[in-house]
Amino acid sequence: MSAPHSDRDLRGAVAIVGVGLAGCGEAPGWSETEIMAAAARHALADAGLNAQDVDGLVVASVNIFLSGLAIGEQLGIHPKFTDSTCVGGSSFVGHLMPAAMALQYGLCDVVLVTYGSNQRTGVGRAEGAKFKAILDPQPFEHPYKPFNPPTSYALASARHMHQYGTTREQLAEVAVAARGWAQLNPEAFSRDPLSVQDVLKSKMISDPLTVRDCCLVTDGGGAFVMVRADRARNFPKKPAYLLGVGAAHWHRQISSMPDLTVTAATESGARAYAMAGLSAKDVDVLALYDAFTINTILFLEDLGFCKKGEGGAFVSGGRIAPGGSLPVNTNGGGLSCVHPGMYGMFLIVEAVRQLRGETGARQVKNAEVALVHGNGGVLSSQITALLGTEATR
Amino acid sequence: MAQSGPEKTYKEKLATGSFELQQCTGCKKHVFYPRVVCPHCGCDQLDWVKAKGVGTVYSTTIVRRKPDAGGDYNVALIDLAEGPRMMSRVVDLSPDDVKIGMAVKSRIAGSGEESLIEFIPA
Repeated sequence: MSAPHSDRDLRGAVAIVGVGLAGCGEAPGWSETEIMAAAARHALADAGLNAQDVDGLVVASVNIFLSGLAIGEQLGIHPKFTDSTCVGGSSFVGHLMPAAMALQYGLCDVVLVTYGSNQRTGVGRAEGAKFKAILDPQPFEHPYKPFNPPTSYALASARHMHQYGTTREQLAEVAVAARGWAQLNPEAFSRDPLSVQDVLKSKMISDPLTVRDCCLVTDGGGAFVMVRADRARNFPKKPAYLLGVGAAHWHRQISSMPDLTVTAATESGARAYAMAGLSAKDVDVLALYDAFTINTILFLEDLGFCKKGEGGAFVSGGRIAPGGSLPVNTNGGGLSCVHPGMYGMFLIVEAVRQLRGETGARQVKNAEVALVHGNGGVLSSQITALLGTEATR
Repeated sequence: MAQSGPEKTYKEKLATGSFELQQCTGCKKHVFYPRVVCPHCGCDQLDWVKAKGVGTVYSTTIVRRKPDAGGDYNVALIDLAEGPRMMSRVVDLSPDDVKIGMAVKSRIAGSGEESLIEFIPA
């Protein structure tokens, strides 16, 4: 029995017509809901829309239980369609799927996806961690006191180094490349010069990862607006079409990950490429979820940009830095631009801006196809999307 | 329904000094952590069997802590001889000396409800 429709029906069927950021870096005195609302307002203004035009509302939050209801109430939106799926940082890339389906089936006409966090200046993360340990215990990991998420990613890094000879210097190259891009982005949080030696000499957190192998902890929010493709050209900015999207997850805890050197991005990427009818060689600009330096290496391998085990060598010599042959994380990434708890939203915002050609000094020439890859949990949820300009539809 | 769920049953067995895994009656594979349904074949008939208590370090890290906060400690993933992997720690040696591929054997640390499996070099 075959399904009545195919994922191919969704290729190019919907587009992102508005993006916005708010409170990135530090937003003292702002609540999570308020940061979400401010980001939403910016994305709607970018699309020439008002909150009252929105009839599909999608949101995920680290802390707010009824986040969809809270942001609807805050903005005065009475949606016909709501989704609040949370699969960690990849959530907002994942939201492209239900949003596209809801639009395509006429369940709603304008979808707003929004996120915000005051993780840096708001409620202490240490206190939050205590509550999480009670409400969402992981009884077969917590007693050993992993300092998560870094410890889980450290275990993956150590295994990759053991199996493939990847070095700490190669991991550091990822952080240095991200910093290079951040220096071209006036909105990035960390823009001081950073060398491989600086990364290696920084405070060790969970071996082999130093604090510079780990993402920032910032405040910040982001949002995007989606409509059906048939009306996408009626908005002020150039549309970014959804060409493909694929999701996969195989575990939640690192102790249940089948092979710490192979992520479910192998499946999510294959699904997204198949839907889009594209492959790695067609991609002009990449936004990969770089919560830790090992992520970028694993995802370049698993998404077909180099062979398994060769990611360390691949990122060396500035290949993914400004001036290199493959532009990755042009905003500076979670490592140097912004990382408020769940980073997936910011991947999409940067990809859309690159496809529009509005990123100034960091603009990738002739960016027609962007690959966005979200990661959630501890290398757990993997969601890949391909976005493209009018020419790629 | 059994007296308790698999997680509580495991802990009760461990509190009496017995480290046990589940084994699926359907596909015969061993399962850890303890579950309601075999993640390999979907069968819900899982037997409790004594663990061999030996394994190999699959990956390892040192969580860095200041001395006044207890100092550095090891966190490792151990591949058990029966097949499943578990998070644990390798002790009785410096965290720096825990290496991937090292053969290890289990022991029970703590007592009662606080009982926990840890590993030492085999």
